[in-house]
Amino acid sequence: MAEAREIVLGGAADHDLTKLAEYEAVGGYTQLARARAMEPAAVIDAVLASNLRGRGGAFFQTGRKWSFIPKPDQNPNPHYLVVNADESEPGSFKDNEILQRVPHRFIEGCLITAHAVESQHVFIYVRGEYLEAYEIVVAALEELRERPELRGDVTIVVHRGAGAYICGEETALIESLEGKRGQPRSKPPFPAISGLYASPTVVNNVETMATIPPIFQLGPEEYAKLGVENSAGTRVVSLSGHVERGGNYEIEQGVTIRELIYDLAGGVPGGRKLKAVIPGGSSTVVLTGDEIDVSYDFDSLLQLKTAMGSAGVIVMDERVCMVQLGIRVSEFYEHESCGKCTPCREGTRWMTQILRKLEAGEASARELDLLLSVCDRINGKCLCPLGETAATAVASYVAKFRDEYVAHLDGGCPFGDDSPLDHVMAPVAQHHHSPAAVEVPVG
Amino acid sequence: MTLADEIQKVAAQYPETRSAVLPALRMAQERHGWLSTEALREVADALDVTPAYCKSVASFYDMFHLQPIGRHVVEVCTNVSCALVGAQQVLEAFEEELDTRAGENSPDGTATLKTIECLGGCGWATIVAVDGHYRRYVKPEDVPGIVEELRNG
Repeated sequence: MAEAREIVLGGAADHDLTKLAEYEAVGGYTQLARARAMEPAAVIDAVLASNLRGRGGAFFQTGRKWSFIPKPDQNPNPHYLVVNADESEPGSFKDNEILQRVPHRFIEGCLITAHAVESQHVFIYVRGEYLEAYEIVVAALEELRERPELRGDVTIVVHRGAGAYICGEETALIESLEGKRGQPRSKPPFPAISGLYASPTVVNNVETMATIPPIFQLGPEEYAKLGVENSAGTRVVSLSGHVERGGNYEIEQGVTIRELIYDLAGGVPGGRKLKAVIPGGSSTVVLTGDEIDVSYDFDSLLQLKTAMGSAGVIVMDERVCMVQLGIRVSEFYEHESCGKCTPCREGTRWMTQILRKLEAGEASARELDLLLSVCDRINGKCLCPLGETAATAVASYVAKFRDEYVAHLDGGCPFGDDSPLDHVMAPVAQHHHSPAAVEVPVG
Repeated sequence: MTLADEIQKVAAQYPETRSAVLPALRMAQERHGWLSTEALREVADALDVTPAYCKSVASFYDMFHLQPIGRHVVEVCTNVSCALVGAQQVLEAFEEELDTRAGENSPDGTATLKTIECLGGCGWATIVAVDGHYRRYVKPEDVPGIVEELRNG
């Protein structure tokens, strides 16, 4: 029976770790003092030794990312630490909970990281909709105001986004933080060389930051022993959809998806049969109900051509129509496409239109081929992964549930409104509100 | 404090003033309810950018209102996780109670009703943000009570 293993969220069940005093009572901020007593390079080496990989989705080695930052004598510009708290991946809500329950552990991780990359400027880019998380982090920073020895010479600015999924992409986030439309930049140069204000910048995810203090507390070598090879440590996994107990569960990597769903989240409600699982947020390739004995780690999921992504596990029971799923996922990416690259901007719209025809029983076999052709024409042809992940995800629904897609060619949807995704109104399809409907004083 | 003073105070936190465009737009919106041409001009003047630039930025982000809104904003998440457990039925209950359609203002001006992309509360579905504050596990039968609350508030 798989169990939770709480390191990032450790202590939060028994203590109110949003309070500085309680966090310090469980040893909070002692790792910061320890790290500051070390040379920055030694801090980076310790994180390298822990084998920590980024928890935002790309799974890049955190210590390596830090090591790319030039030393101050190599580049005189200020160095920036930008924290990506713009969690918007459908199915993921772990960073939301981390910020709300362990804000001080998160801030301690930011301060240790700032020391490692020799930065005095931290920007936390919090998703605009995360009002509660924002207020909790601001209150935690307010407590630090009275504690100059903890803050050191570092300024931390919390910057709120304003509703754009694409700003979770690091270069779009930097553009947005510079006061622009959040459209990705071409890489290279990478942010480590030319990021915020064209200066060396590390962009790290919330969970990554909150994992840093426990790494120093346990010792990097001990941390590296948790989990499995290439996927050291724990992950906070978000479970949602057709499970009894949706929520975030922190586990050692290597627990199977079956264990996540049945042991931790209580299984599929109503005794229904499991049909499909999206393992790492809606950008990832779907798994069928027969593929869930896979270990939840990077290499094992890669073998199934999918990914942990941002650890959002969406569970679907037998009633769910995979064409309807395709429509809703495609509509999301169509809405969130920033419009910069033509294949993504136009392609996601085409995908939605073809899928709608399929659902209505108005598509021919040729159009099912066209759908896959459109997906193929998005893949690898854009600046950032947004369109590509939409295309890969939808193509995987067709590949793994081909019979169901083909069944739609002949007379439309066999599921209809028995499927909970039937006729769901997405933002991209909703009406624009009429300005005449209400009078609001101008100016 | 005038809006311009407030904006400049926030702008001082950043190495470059333009970084304050998003917070400034939010502050203007909080003050005026929505971003009218006049509101955009106030932000532009405070940050020494053009009103057109402010509009180009504001129009990129879903949380900025470029048209008048109701006294409250109700946003129903209809992304996959919420939809799987009945978000569409929650939305339809709001449409009925508010006598409006998703994307529009209620005729009595109580609220603007919108669908919204994943709010990041998938395990506590259905999530409805009421004036930015999340309500968890919302069911269609909860909707009349929420609307009543908004009419009185």
